[in-house]
Amino acid sequence: MSRINNKEPLIRVVKKAEISGFSLAILSVVSIVVAFVAGGIFFSMLGINPLSAYAKIFAGAFKGKIAIIATVKIAVPLLITSLGITLAFKMQFWNIGAEGQIIMGAICASYFALFHSDMPHIPLIITMFAAGIIGGGLWGLIPAFFKCKFNTNETLFTLMLNYIALYLIIYFKEGPWRDPSSGGFPKIATFVENARLDKLLGVHIGWVIALVLVAAVYIYLKYTKQGYEISVVGESKNTARYAGMNVDKIVMRTMFLSGAICGIAGMTQATGAAYTLSDGIAGGVGFTAIIVAWLSRLNAVMCIFVTLLLSVLDKGGSVMQSAFSVPTYVSEVLKGIILFVILGFDFFIQYKVVIRREKKS
Amino acid sequence: MNTLFNFLFASIKAGTPLLFGTTGEIVTEKAGNTNLGVEGMMFMGAFMGFFVACYTDSLVLALLAAFALGVFGALIYAYITVSLRANQVVTGLALTIFGSGLANFFGQLMIANYKAANGGAIPKLSERMSAILSEQPIPLLSQIPVVGKVLFSHNILVYLAVIIAVLCRFYMKRTRFGLDMRAVGENAAAADAAGISVTKVKYINILFGGGICGLGGAYISLIDGGGVWNNNCVSGKGWIAVALVIFAGWKPTMAILGSLIFGAFTVLQFYVSKSVIAIPNAFYTMLPYLITAIVLVVTSMRKSNKVMQPKGCGVNYFRESR
Amino acid sequence: MCEETKVNENGDVAIKLNNITKIFGSTVANDSINLSARQGEILALLGENGSGKTTLMNILAGIYLPDAGSIEIFGKKVHIRSPKDAINLGIGMIHQHFKLVDVHSAADNIIMGNKSEGIILKKKRYKEILEISEKYGLNVEPRKKIYDMSVSEKQTVEILKMLYRKAKILILDEPTAVLTPQESKNLFNILRKMRDNGCTVIIITHKLNEVLEISDKVAILRKGKSIATVKTSETDALKLTELMVGKKVTLSIERPISEHKGNLLEIHHLTTENDEGVKTLKDVSFSLNKGEILGVAGVAGSGQKELCETIAGLMKVKKGAILYKKENIIGKSPEEIIKMGISMSFIPEDRLGMGLVASMGMADNLLLKRYKNGKTPFVEKKEARKLSYELIEKLGIKTPGIDTPVRQLSGGNVQKVLLGREIESAPNVLITAYAVRGLDINSSYIVYDNLNEQKKKGTGILYIGEDLDVMIELCDRIMVLCHGKVTGIVDAKDATKEQIGLLMTDAFGKEEDDDEQD
Repeated sequence: MSRINNKEPLIRVVKKAEISGFSLAILSVVSIVVAFVAGGIFFSMLGINPLSAYAKIFAGAFKGKIAIIATVKIAVPLLITSLGITLAFKMQFWNIGAEGQIIMGAICASYFALFHSDMPHIPLIITMFAAGIIGGGLWGLIPAFFKCKFNTNETLFTLMLNYIALYLIIYFKEGPWRDPSSGGFPKIATFVENARLDKLLGVHIGWVIALVLVAAVYIYLKYTKQGYEISVVGESKNTARYAGMNVDKIVMRTMFLSGAICGIAGMTQATGAAYTLSDGIAGGVGFTAIIVAWLSRLNAVMCIFVTLLLSVLDKGGSVMQSAFSVPTYVSEVLKGIILFVILGFDFFIQYKVVIRREKKS
Repeated sequence: MNTLFNFLFASIKAGTPLLFGTTGEIVTEKAGNTNLGVEGMMFMGAFMGFFVACYTDSLVLALLAAFALGVFGALIYAYITVSLRANQVVTGLALTIFGSGLANFFGQLMIANYKAANGGAIPKLSERMSAILSEQPIPLLSQIPVVGKVLFSHNILVYLAVIIAVLCRFYMKRTRFGLDMRAVGENAAAADAAGISVTKVKYINILFGGGICGLGGAYISLIDGGGVWNNNCVSGKGWIAVALVIFAGWKPTMAILGSLIFGAFTVLQFYVSKSVIAIPNAFYTMLPYLITAIVLVVTSMRKSNKVMQPKGCGVNYFRESR
Repeated sequence: MCEETKVNENGDVAIKLNNITKIFGSTVANDSINLSARQGEILALLGENGSGKTTLMNILAGIYLPDAGSIEIFGKKVHIRSPKDAINLGIGMIHQHFKLVDVHSAADNIIMGNKSEGIILKKKRYKEILEISEKYGLNVEPRKKIYDMSVSEKQTVEILKMLYRKAKILILDEPTAVLTPQESKNLFNILRKMRDNGCTVIIITHKLNEVLEISDKVAILRKGKSIATVKTSETDALKLTELMVGKKVTLSIERPISEHKGNLLEIHHLTTENDEGVKTLKDVSFSLNKGEILGVAGVAGSGQKELCETIAGLMKVKKGAILYKKENIIGKSPEEIIKMGISMSFIPEDRLGMGLVASMGMADNLLLKRYKNGKTPFVEKKEARKLSYELIEKLGIKTPGIDTPVRQLSGGNVQKVLLGREIESAPNVLITAYAVRGLDINSSYIVYDNLNEQKKKGTGILYIGEDLDVMIELCDRIMVLCHGKVTGIVDAKDATKEQIGLLMTDAFGKEEDDDEQD
């Protein structure tokens, strides 16, 4: 009939009831430590002493004013974008279109930087800021509209919008916005001084905007009526409807905001860091930001720390090349390993493993 | 007329890596997992395929190695999402970061080491290998007028992609394993209650799908690369493959047609003279994405029961959840 | 099917459960339960909702692993680690929510996971399935897709799945909840046939008449403990009830008389359709008075859900009118209805999926209907917290804290949170769907008392219920729904269960009524 089942399962997985804030913190720390150990194993395999590798990365990111500025410059767009993602993900709207929203924000802001740079400085900056919001916001609104109207899968739809945005830049670069003075190479002109973001403490004020946004998003989600609506819609659209919420309106409003924040990231990148518009303006930030938001457990304040972690790896990775003569891509691999480990550790937040001991009665 | 044949021929060539990636992702999604790491797995396969082809001069070994590294990438993903039940979207993205980093890292390392050992020369595929991979007319079949040239004069990997797609369709539709896999993808709880090991089925199909993606990467590095390693060679083709899955309605045989159409759009700009249709190149390359977006909207408008993402996609299964 | 020859009265023990314990988080679902069943008998597993019947059977089916205890199948000690193990042991379970793949055909659902099928799927499978189904007098189209099937057809597919696998032990979880009396009768005939062939059949239910009709033995669970196992021939409904609820039940629910008089809500010719265009409510008309509890009885799926949700403004209406003080509220959103000064409360059947946000604490859940209060863009959390403590006191809600996610509370406490929030808004109209489902007797009485209190204040209450005994005691009038139609409205004081039961099956209905469906 059947094989005999007399083996007792050695280990089994059980769902945890609830986890306290303290053990959550402990778990997070442990996961980061294990992640770095895993990265260390990778370094050892390359014949590099992990400790000196990490020391180099840290030094590369923080040693000297120039290094710190560079690290912060990497962090700013990542942090802002992860805040935008946080809004959407909180609503369980899987917006992976931040890349495109960044680009659209950048395109709209660049329009003013290129063609209205004769405006007075402050109004120009404000106009560009607003343009970034509108560009990114509208790009975020499109998938939300179709989601509400036809229940179109937003993950795949936002993904497509990324590419459409990307080729829009290329179109502008090769066509109407091409810098005539650049010779044979198609590129968009560098922005004039007047159209560049101001600096504070050596870095463009994008970092101030980012920190203000952190506070704003944190308060918005935690204390406002709209934030409450987002949580309810994210948990159950049925409940939201039952409570008399206009779900479609909330989804579209939130996605506009989500896209708008990503658009701000694009605006600061173009006008604060690159001083021009290129097809590398988003450069994968939209994807990395998803990971930041997720690892931060959709907590705006936590985003700061996770962003810093990833920015340090990015910046420090470039030092690895000169120090150990390994390709710069080493930081990407390291990032991947660390992400895998931290993601995997989420398991222990939700579940526990019970090991059955031999019981003789 | 000749331009049209050349255009069709080039479309097939450009569509083939997409076909691999799409077939791989269909197999993965049909088992209930959305793996956004196709790009990463293709990158891994691209490097490994090139590396082994270069150093062993054996196409079979190269393809096996590319497949194996694709499987390895998928294994990481499967472990984290199936066994540890982490979010599938985020894990897939991490796999893309990891895979592309890994390929570019080892690609650079390979070039540096090779240069050091060979007095500054860069690694290249051998003449023999290039010949094997070149476009060869199939005897007899290629003699058929028109069709023969367009369909039967390709490099060997094109046929491999089509064969894999057809076999996958057969596997999914006509075998018991395929039935079990579709059941897991649609309703893991039902499959589990019927005695199907959900974990096993998911692992097998995710790994298999990853391997096929790896082959797609090998195609890019071996065929499209001009015999040398290029950093960032996959350049978003993995993402198009993900999009194509929807276009193909989760059917590998439809993916053959879909990849052909997508391939056509990527090469269209070289075959349509500016005087005929005066739209900028960027819009040509944008078209496939735009069309996929429209397809997405249209299919969601129809609300069909048939052409839909497997219901289990994105949801991790835990038997004891209440 | 079971190959064994006919088994005598004292067949071999097929299942023996010893001290099975299962704990979910902090709730003990099964508390060292003992149970046994022989070959060739039908065992009814009787117990109130939440008594641990389903959990126990899920352990047998390999869905849950027990935390303690042992299982013997056909005299052999086994560990059932997965449904696969259970199937190999000959155990098959038909879950209350069918485990079927919607987009697959009946045949594919039946053969899935079956190793003996060979690698290539054959066309022959459709014929084979048809043969088996004919052998048992079942009616299934092997090629029909599950999403095209009615509930009873789906159940037939599940039964075929078990027959196909030659299950020796068959478990059914509340199989008749969705069936008409005729369908139930057919099902029982099949089960008897299986028993006579030597199968062990376990049927989970809380309907006493079914227990007496079909079973050979009855095992009673109460609050996760095994209470007794008795022979059906040696017991009766009253004794079983006693065992089930623990103490002698004297259903003495108050039925106060409200001083408030007058019409509150008038429903005229209400007709609704589902997504597929099938009519779910057909020309429903009735009125609800102030200070009245109007019961709604009917087999599950007779249109109760649609009735509630249309009145609450959550569902679109095809035809008809809902008049509140002579004003039609159809087409208005819940928000607009509230703005009109109508305070309507709806306690939905799906508490955690609709009435509450499962991952939020009690305080945040109380905000659900009142978060818009106040002029600032910020949510006023303080009041909700204060109210939480008041409700905990008033309704005796047990929760570790007001921020503990409500999904971790027991069913009774979840219901109290929901009820407390809705009553707190002092509604004119209160709609409750299965308000006491899953609650123990004490919690149920708290709910009844609260409803009566509302009634005295003049609230009109629409009470969707399933326990006719309770409804006859509690309600003022009872409206009976059958297939979306009102088959009768009776005065509860002089109604009998039999009378209502007949209305539920539309026994008095005339055939021509059905013909007008378009």
